[in-house]
Amino acid sequence: MARRPILGLFDDANAAADAGDGLRRAGIPETDVDFLTDTPYPEGAFGEREEPHRLYIFPFIGALLGLTSGILLTSMTQVAYPIVTGGKPILSIPPMAVVCYEGTMLGAILFTVLGIIFESRLPKLKAGLYDTRITEGYVGVLVNTEEAQHNTVEGVFGQTGAVDVKRE
Amino acid sequence: MQEGRVLSTREVNRDLLRSILDTPRWFWPVVTVLGLILLIAAIAVGIMVNRGLGVTGLNRPVAWGFFITNFVFWIGISHAGVMLSAILRLAKAEWRRPATRAAEVLTLFSLMTAMVMPIVHTGRPWRILYWVFPYDFARGIWPNIRTPLVWDPSAILTYLTSSTLFVAIALIPDFAVLRDHTTGIAHRVYSVLAMGWEGNARQWKLQIVAGVLLSALILPVFVSVHSIVSWDFGMAVAVKSWHSTVFAPYFVVGAVHSGVSAVAFALILLRWCYGWQDYIRHEHIDALGRLLIVVATGWFYFLVMEILFGMYGREADELMVRQTQFTYWPYNFWFILFVITTYFIPVALWLSRAWRRNLWIMSIACISVNVGMWLERFLIIVPGLINKQLFTFVWADYRPSIFEYIIIGSTFALVTMLMLLFSRVFPLVPLYDVKEGDVLKTQVQIGRRTVPATFRED
Repeated sequence: MARRPILGLFDDANAAADAGDGLRRAGIPETDVDFLTDTPYPEGAFGEREEPHRLYIFPFIGALLGLTSGILLTSMTQVAYPIVTGGKPILSIPPMAVVCYEGTMLGAILFTVLGIIFESRLPKLKAGLYDTRITEGYVGVLVNTEEAQHNTVEGVFGQTGAVDVKRE
Repeated sequence: MQEGRVLSTREVNRDLLRSILDTPRWFWPVVTVLGLILLIAAIAVGIMVNRGLGVTGLNRPVAWGFFITNFVFWIGISHAGVMLSAILRLAKAEWRRPATRAAEVLTLFSLMTAMVMPIVHTGRPWRILYWVFPYDFARGIWPNIRTPLVWDPSAILTYLTSSTLFVAIALIPDFAVLRDHTTGIAHRVYSVLAMGWEGNARQWKLQIVAGVLLSALILPVFVSVHSIVSWDFGMAVAVKSWHSTVFAPYFVVGAVHSGVSAVAFALILLRWCYGWQDYIRHEHIDALGRLLIVVATGWFYFLVMEILFGMYGREADELMVRQTQFTYWPYNFWFILFVITTYFIPVALWLSRAWRRNLWIMSIACISVNVGMWLERFLIIVPGLINKQLFTFVWADYRPSIFEYIIIGSTFALVTMLMLLFSRVFPLVPLYDVKEGDVLKTQVQIGRRTVPATFRED
């Protein structure tokens, strides 16, 4: 049977957390439930699952690529202009240090930002079930489950005080 | 420290989106006046480009004047964004919340303005291309690609890119709010910018981790930028007074001093312009004032050390520069004014809690700091160059021309206009950060007292 989303809207965070508990008791797997809010609540405030991520790898990869680019850019430019200035070597390390450092940091930051977007699963090209009241302070409990279970979900939403229930 | 009332989400949206959804009556007239100032400056630049740098007061040996002074000044202002946003975020200072976005945006626009200055200073801006891009030896021009001046654009571009991304990432949740509160073309634009943000637990977790991680990564860049600006001077062999070993920290702390003062003043203006009394409260300005006492005193220490080290070496060239700063008119006047306006006036005002909470007095103190910090850069650059040459008969004074005054004045109009235009399309106070602060706000009973507290997650 097809899986379809169903969204319950709550005007109170505690009621949304109760809905989460009710859904668990009704046998809806944690992975099928998402809590949509307009502000970051403390992790686990709705009893939601922990969200593992690999964001910390991204800055290291970026830093490595940035450092490599910095070394290549500065050394190749010096070699490309082989004029002896003041008896100094053509390939001189000290003038490379700052540019390499900046390259490393730039690479780390660029990759962190890419990592944030990637790990946040953005951009989301196809809009899912959503309600604009979420950015008015309502908490949305989004359940992506088989259609047969929608009545159970709706029942839990009703018991826990949902102000509205939306289906796709 | 928690003042003000807890606001509902609807109230936060209504108040903080007011600058975007409703255009205040004063907005376009003010933007028009600022635009006219920029037009006059553009004409001044045009004349300067047409006739050459001879229309300015620059000469030999004073080849760096108002433009480079202004460049260093705006780079300094740009340090406020990271100082407030990153350091206070890492330190989990609750009062940072309404101030971060304005500080970060001020960073962006002051950096952009700063970058315009060396381009104007060249007098032949299109020749920048010859310098930036490698060119054929056949032209007979050999660039010194090992020059420390190359470090500057690399550091500033890194800082500008990082700060832009820092702002952009934090804007995504606010774009979603705007997407949900607009219609038509604006809705479509904000939908694209929000990238399908829906505010689930994963997205929020990444947003919070991102704030901390980017703060940690951007801080070393922040320190490097003004250090490198100080090495623009420190690496110049010919000017004796530019080699102080404390230059890098002296510049960084000075930048924070002027930048945070500028942010405090900008916040007061925003509060006044958009009626954000519930968000930018006296407690925030008070906290900035207290922070500034520490920063100003740290900066004053470096100032004294810079002078002391310079004098202690007893090098004739260095002593001559100090003599110019302390005894020659008008530099002696500027020097006294600089020390008084940068340290003694503002710190005296900030020592009083009542005065820190008086927005008029805080505005005067913050403007005073920035007048002084502008003079500081001027007094580093110009007296050093006046006495640059070994022989006194090649010493020359510097009298800036009207063109320089116009162009320098216009940079303040440019930053103000960019900030206003930004506030017209993006929220200058981060909505989700303010809402999070309200969610985490609580009260605890300790003995017979009920005190405000904040829940914190590590």
